[in-house]
Amino acid sequence: MDRVTIAATIASLIESFNKKGVPVTDASTFAGDLEFDSLTVMDFVAAIEDEFDIIISMNQQAEIENYGQLVDAVTKLVG
Amino acid sequence: MTDLFSKFDPLIEMRANLLSTGVTDPFSLVMEKVLSPTVAVCNGRETILLGTYNYMGMTFDPDVIAAGKQALDDFGSGTTGSRCLNGTYAVHRDVEEALKDFYAMDHAMVFSTGYQANLGIISTVAGKGDYIILDIDSHASIWDGCKMGDAEVVPFKHNDIEAMEKRLKRVPEGAGILVILEGVYSMMGDIAPLKEMVAIAKKYGAMVLVDEAHSMGFIGPNGRGVAEDQGVLGEVDFVIGTFSKSVGTVGGFCVSNHPKFEILRLVCRPYVFTASLPPSVVATAATSIRKLMHGAEKRAHLWENSRTLHGGLKALGFQLGTDTPQSAIISVIMPDLERGAGMWEALLHEGLYVNLARPPATPAGMTLLRCSLCAAHSADQVQTIIGMFERAGKSVGII
Repeated sequence: MDRVTIAATIASLIESFNKKGVPVTDASTFAGDLEFDSLTVMDFVAAIEDEFDIIISMNQQAEIENYGQLVDAVTKLVG
Repeated sequence: MTDLFSKFDPLIEMRANLLSTGVTDPFSLVMEKVLSPTVAVCNGRETILLGTYNYMGMTFDPDVIAAGKQALDDFGSGTTGSRCLNGTYAVHRDVEEALKDFYAMDHAMVFSTGYQANLGIISTVAGKGDYIILDIDSHASIWDGCKMGDAEVVPFKHNDIEAMEKRLKRVPEGAGILVILEGVYSMMGDIAPLKEMVAIAKKYGAMVLVDEAHSMGFIGPNGRGVAEDQGVLGEVDFVIGTFSKSVGTVGGFCVSNHPKFEILRLVCRPYVFTASLPPSVVATAATSIRKLMHGAEKRAHLWENSRTLHGGLKALGFQLGTDTPQSAIISVIMPDLERGAGMWEALLHEGLYVNLARPPATPAGMTLLRCSLCAAHSADQVQTIIGMFERAGKSVGII
């Protein structure tokens, strides 16, 4: 799966969590721009893990602050 | 210069706002005298204690107190040393023997607190390249143990068997796995479906650690906890527990049948690099644990108390953490922190102490009034408590 396909899938997954409809770019941060609290993060990560059948451990999550980094991380994990 | 304390500003402000309403600070109560396991004097007034973890009422047991006094006389006030060096006395061995007998397990290791038991075992057992799969509502000591170790940490939704299995399935081939569960989750007072979860963990070759801090002494046919009650204690690799709840003093432990368990005494840093418990503390613990083996009647009365309080509060219209009484913890869900603090204060004025719990300790950002029952609460006291809740709930406008 290439980065563009993965980005498109994540973009569709993020919609239901993006309650305020904030425009999402690679630089959008989850805690700041998207205002995700810890519960939202958990549900969002679970949705992505289930979609791609991968594990994004807490250790890896700590390195992911914005949307672009998430797409990169998933692309790497999907391989 | 950046003030390193500026990160606490939001909490300082939240606290100031709460106290500015004139409410008594729920986090700085002082008990001036403790009259029994269920009654103390707070602000000069006799208060029923419904927010301690003294589930089996052992703190004033005459045999327990006598054992502590004897150990003070025989061994002095403290060990001034690590368990690995000069800090293991005969009484430390006694308490480990008592634990092995209580759980019918081969090994027992005593830490200075329950927090350190989780910190030590988790961070030492799960290392680099291993995976920890744990419930998202795990206790702070479990999370801190994960953070201190080098394993990959993967949480799943609370008590969700399917979510747990999905994560186990995705762990890379050959990696070591530690699944961490609790018997009773102390915020809502609910129990885990250990029978199903432990079976699935084993199917994927994981080792299983269960924290039974809030079940020891009264859940399960021998009081060994939820894993015993659900018939899977034999499949659990590590049971973590504490002396600061049913046992009635302070300290933590891990019991296990793992043949190589004893090596942990040399490699587990929160065990090695701290002073051992005072002899009086381990002597009281050993006596208490041995008495808990014969606590069937007290156990039955505690369950009766739990059922009565749960039913009484439910009938009054309070929203509770569980539909049925599952443990000795009955959690009352408050609409918000302000009304929670108001209700807490109204109960204190009635002469009742409960725990006010707020985020980040609570799940889903909830404010809870946590009631924990004791086998030493009389049936009359429980009825008195229900009456206090009714009056306080009406005056604060929660029911």
